[in-house]
Amino acid sequence: MNVPDDLFYTESHEWVRREGENARVGITDHAQAELTDVVYVELPKVGAQAEARGQIAVVESVKAASDIYAPIKGSVVEVNKALEANPALINTDPFGEGWIFVLKMDSPDDVKELKDAAAYRKAIG
Amino acid sequence: MSFVSDAAQKTTPLYGEHVGLGAKMIPFGDWIMPVQYSSIMEEHQAVRNNVGVFDISHMGQLVATGPKTGGWLNEMLTNNIDKLEVGSGQYTFLLNEGGGIIDDLIVYRTAPEEFLLVVNASGTEGDFAWLNEHINDEADLENRSADYGGLAIQGPRVVELFETFLGKEVDLPARNQIKAFDYNSSNLTIARTGYTGEDGVEVFFPAKDAVMVWKEVLEKGKALGIRPCGLGARDTLRLEMCYPLNGSDLSPERNPLEAGLGFFVDLKKTKFIGREVLIRAKEKGTAERLVAFRMKGKGPPPRPHYPVWREGERIGELTSGTLSPSLNQGIGMGYVASPHAGIGNELEVEIRGQKFPATIEKKPLYKKS
Repeated sequence: MNVPDDLFYTESHEWVRREGENARVGITDHAQAELTDVVYVELPKVGAQAEARGQIAVVESVKAASDIYAPIKGSVVEVNKALEANPALINTDPFGEGWIFVLKMDSPDDVKELKDAAAYRKAIG
Repeated sequence: MSFVSDAAQKTTPLYGEHVGLGAKMIPFGDWIMPVQYSSIMEEHQAVRNNVGVFDISHMGQLVATGPKTGGWLNEMLTNNIDKLEVGSGQYTFLLNEGGGIIDDLIVYRTAPEEFLLVVNASGTEGDFAWLNEHINDEADLENRSADYGGLAIQGPRVVELFETFLGKEVDLPARNQIKAFDYNSSNLTIARTGYTGEDGVEVFFPAKDAVMVWKEVLEKGKALGIRPCGLGARDTLRLEMCYPLNGSDLSPERNPLEAGLGFFVDLKKTKFIGREVLIRAKEKGTAERLVAFRMKGKGPPPRPHYPVWREGERIGELTSGTLSPSLNQGIGMGYVASPHAGIGNELEVEIRGQKFPATIEKKPLYKKS
């Protein structure tokens, strides 16, 4: 299972890419493989305030709807509109084209609270 | 998101095969079953376009024998057993005294006074207990579920598959017929039926031969594009056809008339459990009806228990819902108040607090072109 070294991770299978003050967020390769066939993504609204570990988006497969949690406190500054037309980008490119939203972090140091790649690899066994 | 892990469950003789193929296993009633091997979408399309194989070893087989078995079963089941020739089957219901559905099943007449009842996995023990409570002295009922493995082999290329299996001249049973075949020093009981809307069979065999039959089917089906298919595709395929799922669309609180399945109830029979309630329901009409609908445009897929609205009034809730892989649109079924149940009516499905438009359509939702 692909777990890029340069990202941070949550226990609930989101990944975070730090981009200065911002954090780009998606779900991991492991998560998309568990879900398979993503058919709908409910994106957050730009401007929405996110609490750490608060529900912020929904990813739906044929079988089930799964909540996506904000890894870090902040405000949503960008969402991936491409997922509206092509939700399967989450399956085909979870760490790239399949990103879900970008947060402006209230305090960028919060990323240190997240798992690094080694810890996440261990968590998913 | 979180992924539920499962506790110990009953397994079929094919459990090891499923795990070996990388299937995702989920609890299904008391059982642990494959929900998908690779992708529900791909498994669904394999059945619509080529052929797919499902493990149905969890389903129950009850065998009734004895001099007056037919007469007795006719008082237990809604459809008319007198219409069954030897070698034929029919879809039917087992009802409680209130007309509510205990189970939906297929009953086959396998000899003049011998019947095979193929029942839902979750219903097997309850059906067996209920039937035994009402049995007469001359009939005998056995629960043979553990003795049999079963596969549903479904899709337009199923006949081709069986030609490689049983020879070019193989004479598969006709729709709703059942027939026994010798194969590889085992015995296959093949019924031409299914739960997908495609041509197909359900095959039963001694449980000890399950792995052999499964492997042979996958091997011989390779050239035909066969895929092992899980409960996920089984659900999307059956819902496109509006075939009900007991426990979701059917329950002891619902009768077959509400569910729109009166065709499988013979009210001309003078006696069967639940008859009086159904006759009254037929005269007065039912308060709610099970309707099929399709979402308009793009939106989140409908799911069981989502509320249904019409003209500002909450009129019911969904019992089934999914994204239809064939139609690429949300589809579902649900009970709604009868005055709103007309075909063509516009509904709204409430999803996470927001309402999305849908239209009631004629069943089935998917028609083969």
